[in-house]
Amino acid sequence: MTIPIPSGAAPSGTAAPSVHVAAQVLGSRSVGAYRHLTVAAPGVPERFRPGTTVAVALPDGARLARRSYWIHGVRPVGGHGPALQLVVEPHGTAGAWLAGLREGARVELTGPLGRPYALPKEPVSCVLVGEDWSAAPLLPLAERLRERGCPVTMLVAARDEAHLVSALDARRAARAVTVVTADGSVGRRGGASDVVREVLERAAAEVVYAAGPAATLHAVAAAAEDHGAWSQTAVTVPQPCATGLCQGCPVPVVGEDGVARTVRACTEGPVLRGDRVRWGELRSAAEPGAGATA
Amino acid sequence: MTTLAGLTLRSPVLVAAGCGGTGRELLPYLGADGLAALGGFVTRTITLDPRPGGPAPRVVETPAGLLHATGLPNPGLEPFLATELPWLVRHDARVVVSITGRTIGEHAELARRLGRAPGVGAVELNLADPEAPPAEPFHVAAVVAAVRRDLPGGVPLLAKIRPDLLRVVETARAVLEAGAAAVVVGHSQPGALPDGRPAGLAGPAIRPLALRCVAEVRAALPAAEVVGCGGVATAADARSFLAAGAVAVQVGTALLHDPTTVARMVAELAADSAGDPSTGSPADAAEPSEEHAR
Repeated sequence: MTIPIPSGAAPSGTAAPSVHVAAQVLGSRSVGAYRHLTVAAPGVPERFRPGTTVAVALPDGARLARRSYWIHGVRPVGGHGPALQLVVEPHGTAGAWLAGLREGARVELTGPLGRPYALPKEPVSCVLVGEDWSAAPLLPLAERLRERGCPVTMLVAARDEAHLVSALDARRAARAVTVVTADGSVGRRGGASDVVREVLERAAAEVVYAAGPAATLHAVAAAAEDHGAWSQTAVTVPQPCATGLCQGCPVPVVGEDGVARTVRACTEGPVLRGDRVRWGELRSAAEPGAGATA
Repeated sequence: MTTLAGLTLRSPVLVAAGCGGTGRELLPYLGADGLAALGGFVTRTITLDPRPGGPAPRVVETPAGLLHATGLPNPGLEPFLATELPWLVRHDARVVVSITGRTIGEHAELARRLGRAPGVGAVELNLADPEAPPAEPFHVAAVVAAVRRDLPGGVPLLAKIRPDLLRVVETARAVLEAGAAAVVVGHSQPGALPDGRPAGLAGPAIRPLALRCVAEVRAALPAAEVVGCGGVATAADARSFLAAGAVAVQVGTALLHDPTTVARMVAELAADSAGDPSTGSPADAAEPSEEHAR
């Protein structure tokens, strides 16, 4: 089996080519606790691969750090060609602003950014694990995997029903879907880490793809390791510039050569091999995000 | 045409140290002429030995600014000379290598080895690391003298000094007497992260402070070549620094908010000088720089 897996310590500058555009909001609707934005960002959808992000600049000039959002998908919108789908948690300065934007509003954004999920060359069994808004990149990933003939199993976790992303769509894209919520409002009660081992066993997983907070990714990576599967984890650390310039999104990793290094989540990541991340150190530095990957 | 320390620059706009990545990360946002269109590319600060950088969080948003405490992550001199410098030279960048060391000996070693490397346009000595304790002017001058002694005569030396109004003139005089060809006035202001760690404050918040320091140095030392740096985000900002007597400006934090900033500024300032062959026409400088479109 040949699976091209990012090393987590590759040289910089290998990210997908990106563009900076004044994007236009084409639509915005509430889905559970989130707002789903449809955005025309010429040049970005064409370059999109699952696992990449867009970085949004706030317009007021007083807030300089950018906010990264997963690209939830690309779909054609009449008169605009392919448009981006973003999932926004309407909290915090950036989230509230984005969630409040209506059709026609302009958003300066850069994308697609970062290293995407690597796809297997052969049709192997894949398990996709996402938590809260970080389930967003998994749906387009599931579609790509299915096109390659990979059996796809999804594990979607959230604090409650309103924070589930893609659970319904997942049933179309995946052979089997497990839903867990912390409050038990839908699916089983618990977190992704509680059931991931069982899901890997049942699916006979050979590759595990995950996105979510460091604690969840840590558990998924450990479960994959024990199960003998590759894991690709997309980290959600704040990315102040998201373009590889500021060195503000350090992720501690171990390189192929066994040497400890620090890489940038935005450039060498966000997708990193789960067995290459020094999770303990990342978790001690982690702070919860607010609706963005940052 | 801009002349700085005997070098002819294509534009008075340079990328500031630590804000352009290795050059590769910025390239997609620079337009057709790439790095060649810039007045210069100042590298992130290079040290003799590799530095992994500090713990997260490294970059924190604060009103109208970013606080950064990166710990100067860089691969060390040898890998820089082997990979990053040749890449910049191949892309026709005017390369200014930013350096710092822990001892006079380290500074001298850096100067000696950089002086032999093909493609180094100038060396910028980082004498104002906001994470380090402030240094006295006589100490700073001693470092400049040591570097100048070991740097081949054909390589100009820029000294980047702290934008501290009380000491900036004295420091500028000392470093120029010690052999610097020009002073870069402005760096981030010393501050602290919310957790108390030393950090630098950069961005529009510090622009008026940097501008004042440039004006004071030029008033006291009319023959000094000064590069302005600190919160420059628009062509209007650049014009006010040029009108205050700077021969060039460096753009840093603005690139983290919008990576296309520098290309836009280069184009706008080129349009100015096409209309008026003398750089920095006073009429333009009278524009109120606080009123940005963004």
